[in-house]
Amino acid sequence: MENAILVSGLHKTFGRTHALNGLDLTVRTGEVHGFLGPNGSGKSTTIRVLLGLLRADSGSARLLGGDPWKDATALHRRLAYVPGDVTLWPNLSGGEVIDLLGRLRGGLNPKRRAELLERFDLDPRKKGRAYSKGNRQKVALVAALASDVELLILDEPTSGLDPLMEEVFRECVAEEKRSGRTVLLSSHILAEVEQLCDRVSIIRNGQTVESGTLTDLRHLTRTSISADLATPLTTIPGVHDLVVDGTRVRFEVDTDRLDETLKHLTSAGVRSLTSQPPTLEELFMRHYQGAAR
Amino acid sequence: MTGLRHLIRLILRRDRVLLPLWVLILGALPAVYAASFAELTPTEESRVLYARTTAGIPSIEAMLGPVYGHSVEALATQRAGLTLLIVALINVLVVIRHTRAEEDAGRRELVAATVVGRHAPLAAALVVAAGADLVMGLLTAAFMGFSGGSLLLGMSMAFAGIVFAAVGAVAAQLTENAGPARGLALAALGVAYLVRAAGDATGSDLSWASPLAWSQYTKPFAGDDWRPLLASLGLTVVLAVAAGWLSLRRDVGGGLLPARLGPAGSTSLTGPFALAWRLQRGLLIGWSAGFLIFGLAFGGAASGAADAFRDNAELAELFARLGGGASLTDTFIATLLGIAAIAAAAYGIQAASRMRAEEGAMRAEPVLATATARVPWALGHVVFAAVGPVVALFMIGVGLGLTYGADVGDLGQVPRLIGAALAQAPAAATLTGLTVALFGLLPRLSAAAWGILAICLLLGQIGALLQLSEAVLDLSPFTHTPHLPGGEVTALPLVVLAVVAVALTAAGLWGFRRRDVGV
Repeated sequence: MENAILVSGLHKTFGRTHALNGLDLTVRTGEVHGFLGPNGSGKSTTIRVLLGLLRADSGSARLLGGDPWKDATALHRRLAYVPGDVTLWPNLSGGEVIDLLGRLRGGLNPKRRAELLERFDLDPRKKGRAYSKGNRQKVALVAALASDVELLILDEPTSGLDPLMEEVFRECVAEEKRSGRTVLLSSHILAEVEQLCDRVSIIRNGQTVESGTLTDLRHLTRTSISADLATPLTTIPGVHDLVVDGTRVRFEVDTDRLDETLKHLTSAGVRSLTSQPPTLEELFMRHYQGAAR
Repeated sequence: MTGLRHLIRLILRRDRVLLPLWVLILGALPAVYAASFAELTPTEESRVLYARTTAGIPSIEAMLGPVYGHSVEALATQRAGLTLLIVALINVLVVIRHTRAEEDAGRRELVAATVVGRHAPLAAALVVAAGADLVMGLLTAAFMGFSGGSLLLGMSMAFAGIVFAAVGAVAAQLTENAGPARGLALAALGVAYLVRAAGDATGSDLSWASPLAWSQYTKPFAGDDWRPLLASLGLTVVLAVAAGWLSLRRDVGGGLLPARLGPAGSTSLTGPFALAWRLQRGLLIGWSAGFLIFGLAFGGAASGAADAFRDNAELAELFARLGGGASLTDTFIATLLGIAAIAAAAYGIQAASRMRAEEGAMRAEPVLATATARVPWALGHVVFAAVGPVVALFMIGVGLGLTYGADVGDLGQVPRLIGAALAQAPAAATLTGLTVALFGLLPRLSAAAWGILAICLLLGQIGALLQLSEAVLDLSPFTHTPHLPGGEVTALPLVVLAVVAVALTAAGLWGFRRRDVGV
């Protein structure tokens, strides 16, 4: 099985809202896949469809080779899920919730459970109502990570965690990946995505706008160049936002036209040149901004 | 008290449908009773007979309270004795809904961080509850013709509510969650009712210990006496101040009773049924204990009716006719069981509604994302919603049978009254089934089950008095329950009710299997 998750042309409407509008998503087995998009773009809806909690209006979704709606129970034995906003039963302790969810999933590794409690510095005896947001998140994380499953579906799992715990989380996900598990990670934290993810999909308004490795995505963006030239140039073909100040020029260029543009510059004699590759922030800002209309 | 005005408006906005509804219905109830008495007992003679009859039967006084005078209005006032209980109940729920339940949901923090005085949220809830009570009282007075007596009746009803709004306010300070706070305040209400019932049944001064009695000792339409309401007012002020004082001694979100640590793990939470047991056992134990206590208390009062019966041949004949040939005690116990059936249905709805609550709080989602399929998850709760009311009814049968049986020296009453109590179960189960059906098929209308129970309650209470047609009365499942003990038993209606309940439950589960979760 090459793909753990294969979604194509997914549609889902709630009343008049079109939450998913032909969404595509491919997660290969064994990879950590970043799932990105602005608030309300349909990430959680997609995840709920994958979990068989929502039924898609049209389009196809395959999860671990099965149908997420029809084979929900059987598939759920092979995956663990951490919601973005964990609510616990007020009168159950964290330890009880971890054991309950683990058992409902088909068992959890007690050694791993103890180790994770230690690493996440979580007191399992507290009652659900006494936990802070971050600690509730840890309860769900420990329950998921201590389960022996093929696929982890994590919906903004680090919201509310402090930076130290975020680091522990990253180590854990890296370990999961090394032991061959597949991870779908919805996140807003770019450093996390950059460090962990093999490939990412960016969605907006219920549609996939970009998908690929981070290197691939970088190629789709522009590089900023500023240069001091021997002879002034007034026009450079194929660049954006050109500013000419005597012999100094500043502009942005599509990464696939970089070569051509540099040749043009050297013909005018380059005295100094700085080039800045696109940052991830810029990459995402560009994709996210369209949603903020 | 900064921000009080805004918070009051917030509560009125949130309760804009429910609040006017109960104010209007409860405000109109005494006038409906009066109209029906005018119909049923048109002559002075018949009213005197009725008043003498009820005054002679301790068990009726225990249930409704004492009767003063024999005017249509005075008889209606006694009949409204149970309405006081409902008014008090609603006030407890309203105050806790807008205080502790808000803290539970974390919304109180959002409000407390704005320019709002420390006491404002509590004060706002009390002001709205008391204001609604007063409007209800004025409506009662208006519907009853705005005489001195009607105003007093209205204010007596209002103060029964206001006192228990303050009880709710105190309970909301003591516990960390809305559930236990409700339990505490409702237990206080139960005790107040039992104390009044015991006092009135025995004709002792014990009743004065119950705030519910104060609202009846005002004797509206029979020598109006406003002074008992001073006691109600005094107790309200004391409780409200106590609640304010307690709220200063705790943190927002915290209770006065300290939170305890739980176990570090669990070996017993093995599946959806074990989880449902953890979430449902408090309800089961609370309702069963409450039913047992009520059974014990009223079983003791019931035999008093037999004494009155022995002394008065005229009375015996009258009640034999009312009860369709059944004995007086049987009629009394059957009436009581009719009320128990409604309460058992309320429990069934409450237990079945837990599914929707779990879904709404996003706690169903992580469980359904495990290997737990939807139907087993739902069945865990459905089992409690179906069996719980049966257990509770069994307990009231045991309670009634033990004390009544001990009184008349016949413990054979225990199985007989258990049987009578269990005959109520199918009607109650139809409402549980309805709740499950709504949850599965029309989840957003889940709360409508409560409205339907309220309609059944009204049909049972005033349907016959309003002389509604048989077809309308037949809409309520409780109409079809045989009048037990003492009445004739036909199996068919019970079987039909049970089949309806099972069919509704199955439809709900079928719907839940194929609908979206989390909508």
